[in-house]
Amino acid sequence: MTTAHAEAVNGTLPHEPEKATLEGRNKVLAFWLFLGGEAVLFGTLFATFLALRNQTNEGPSANELFHLPLVAAATFLLLVSSLTSVFAIQAMHRNRPALLRSWLLVTVVLGAAFLGLEIYEFSEYVRHEEFGMTTSAFSSAFYTLVGFHGAHVAFGILWISVLIGQLVRKGLTVVTAPKIYVSAMYWHFIDVVWVFIFTVVYLLGKVG
Amino acid sequence: MDWLTTVDHKKIAILYLWAGGLFFGIGGLEAILIRIQLIKPMNTFLDAQTFNELITMHGTTMIFLGVMPVIFALMNAVIPLQIGARDVAFPFLNALGFWTFLFGGILLNLSWIMGGAPDAGWTSYTPLSTTTYSATHGVDFYTIGLQIAGLGTLIGGINFLATIITMRAPGMSYMRMPMFAWTTFITSAIILFAFPAITVGLVLLTFDRILGANFFEVGGGGNPVLWQHIFWIFGHPEVYILILPAFGIISEVIPTFARKRLFGYSSMVFATILIAFLGFMVWAHHMFTTGLGPVANALFSVSTMLIAVPTGIKIFNWLFTMWGGQVRFTTPNLFAVGFIPTFTMGGVTGVMLASAPADFQFHDTYFVVAHFHYVIVGGLVLGLFAGLHYWWPKMFGRMLGEGLGKWTFWTFIIGFHMTFFVQHFLGLMGMQRRVFTYLPNQQFDLLNLISTIGAGLMGVGMLFFLANIFLTSRKPADAANDPWEDGRTLEWTIPSPPPEYNFKQTPLVRGIDAFWKEKTAGHKGMTPSEPVGSIHMPSATILPFLMSVGIFIAGLGFMFSRDTFSSEALSFLFNNYIVTGLGLLITFGSMLMRSLYDDHGWHIEPEELEGR
Ligand code: HEM
Ligand SMILES: [Cu+2]
Repeated sequence: MTTAHAEAVNGTLPHEPEKATLEGRNKVLAFWLFLGGEAVLFGTLFATFLALRNQTNEGPSANELFHLPLVAAATFLLLVSSLTSVFAIQAMHRNRPALLRSWLLVTVVLGAAFLGLEIYEFSEYVRHEEFGMTTSAFSSAFYTLVGFHGAHVAFGILWISVLIGQLVRKGLTVVTAPKIYVSAMYWHFIDVVWVFIFTVVYLLGKVG
Repeated sequence: MDWLTTVDHKKIAILYLWAGGLFFGIGGLEAILIRIQLIKPMNTFLDAQTFNELITMHGTTMIFLGVMPVIFALMNAVIPLQIGARDVAFPFLNALGFWTFLFGGILLNLSWIMGGAPDAGWTSYTPLSTTTYSATHGVDFYTIGLQIAGLGTLIGGINFLATIITMRAPGMSYMRMPMFAWTTFITSAIILFAFPAITVGLVLLTFDRILGANFFEVGGGGNPVLWQHIFWIFGHPEVYILILPAFGIISEVIPTFARKRLFGYSSMVFATILIAFLGFMVWAHHMFTTGLGPVANALFSVSTMLIAVPTGIKIFNWLFTMWGGQVRFTTPNLFAVGFIPTFTMGGVTGVMLASAPADFQFHDTYFVVAHFHYVIVGGLVLGLFAGLHYWWPKMFGRMLGEGLGKWTFWTFIIGFHMTFFVQHFLGLMGMQRRVFTYLPNQQFDLLNLISTIGAGLMGVGMLFFLANIFLTSRKPADAANDPWEDGRTLEWTIPSPPPEYNFKQTPLVRGIDAFWKEKTAGHKGMTPSEPVGSIHMPSATILPFLMSVGIFIAGLGFMFSRDTFSSEALSFLFNNYIVTGLGLLITFGSMLMRSLYDDHGWHIEPEELEGR
């Protein structure tokens, strides 16, 4: 640990700086565990949604509601943002903090664009389709599942923005590297969840 | 102040112990009140509403706020020592877990003075728990209080998983870990995979109640049975979260006082894993009567009965450990040995309940109450008493008195069997649970009287325990490193209580029961695995406390966000989510502080170590 610190101070960052210290390794491990718990969380939300998705209570059904082009655009944005966060980690492993910061910034912007589309989508449903939280069991399940994911995206945006700030202030060290690595894991995770949402909520809603 | 900012696992253990003890006392008093109401037929000591609130709060408090924190207290006090670590993997999160648990518990109990406690049972079944039938804020206190407390538990679980995976001393492979470390490990894994389910369930119920969502509202297309599924997908694993640590404690105490190694160590490990795995497959045995159909009922019956196999393995291993050993009946060992038959009885009634056709008769009668108290009190609580008496000198540096300890044991266990043994028969004769009174001349009267007297006797046992703690606390803290003299594991190699850094030098582990192995080789202590060096310690911080206060405020704010208050200003603050926002601001602000300012910690230098 002390050697890793010395290296960081001398500006020679180890190859995988996120795993250079015990603290860093612990953080990565614990984050994997945390994602396991998150998987159960979303799994339960998906199960709830599947159980209730046809209970429209004479309100709009999935088929009437969804416009796939909009959702496809959002999906595209989020998938690309996952790719840019991979580029960010690669930049980190090549010890190029400036490049790392730029890729993180792109990721955040793409995430914010996704979130904007989602907010637009929700507000359309509420204003023009009379489809709110209280409309039906389907609407409750829809807003809760998709909204939970949206809240995760929002949190990710804030988190990565704070990390960009830290990079500016403290640079890339064995302390900041694990945080960035872990936030990238988080970002991939919510991306994967979105793939499921796209399939189970939107595609299945259009056909089933 | 020191206690508010500590990140030392040994101090956090003591915090968990006091907080858990306090809630356990509250839950116990609630139990006594329930029993007084049931002492005779047509009693008017409590009205029906109060009775419902009391059983709900008793069950909820006992499970989430009483025994869970005491389990966490023992894990915190012992696990880092048993695996030869200087601390847990995440001291900061450890403190955060405690404070969120505490504030969740406080929030739940505030319901008594803020408009009525929850009254829909600890299971909060819908539709009973929806606003239609539970119009006060009671159930909101339940959903939001448990949500916050559950967060703390989840954090604790992740912390212990990481600690056990990465912080073991050199030489301590998984198959050399003490059983308590193993059961903590598996318990934490169950927490990780079970608690998110109840998180979601509580969110859905909160949304139904506060935002008018329709998850469980039949009128809006919802499905009340969905709640039962979600609740029990969490709820059944939860009972293993409770009992596995007790199994671990018993597996430490019995070998120590039999002066023999645990019989069938690897089968114990295997059985623990199997129980945890099967524990996720059986949730619908709580729902046989909801009409799942014969196929589902049969499957869940069989999977439930399967759990008896690994559990039986454990029972026999404990018996074989004592067989031929030089058994000493100290107080911890009395509790451990008392555990075996008592828990077995609870297991047997569990297998009876697992038979779906029979369960149609037992369901919601006192037979069920007797069953789960045999496993929870006769299993877990006896295990916790064993563990507390056993590790008390390690935690506090003082031995609890043996004389009072034995009085505690005998009054508690006799009172326990008096209270709950007769309830099997009450249930079989048709006495319903969760009903505030009963009619005379159904042959319920005498058995209920016995049950209430037994409950009083358990209360007396608790008083003996408290007296023992009090008297002990006035004695000098002079417990030896290895006060039971036959300690087998690493925690007994260091002073009682341990210094803040635990091990001056990380020990080298050469086998199962590492300390015992060195003793039999004629050594006085462990061989160190490193030279004496500077020790890095994490700094104390107030942030975990602040973050929990923030969540607490946010929870209260959200709960009352749809209320009209007599004062305009209050209504404004709550209805516009300003209170909620303020709470979240405190929490996220503290998180930000934590993220921006690195904790460099501090060092204890070798010279200082020599001085101590
Ligand atoms: C220490 C002595 C205890 C006594 C005398 C006692 C007594 C009772 C009584 C009379 C009931 C109400 C039964 C009904 O009407 O349905 C009850 C329910 C319950 N008890 Fe206990 N209890 C004790 C300890 C515990 C402990 C330690 C736990 C758990 C850790 C526990 C968990 C529960 C639960 C979950 C319920 C069900 C509550 C509900 O129906 O929602 N009890 N207990
Ligand atoms: Cu169960």
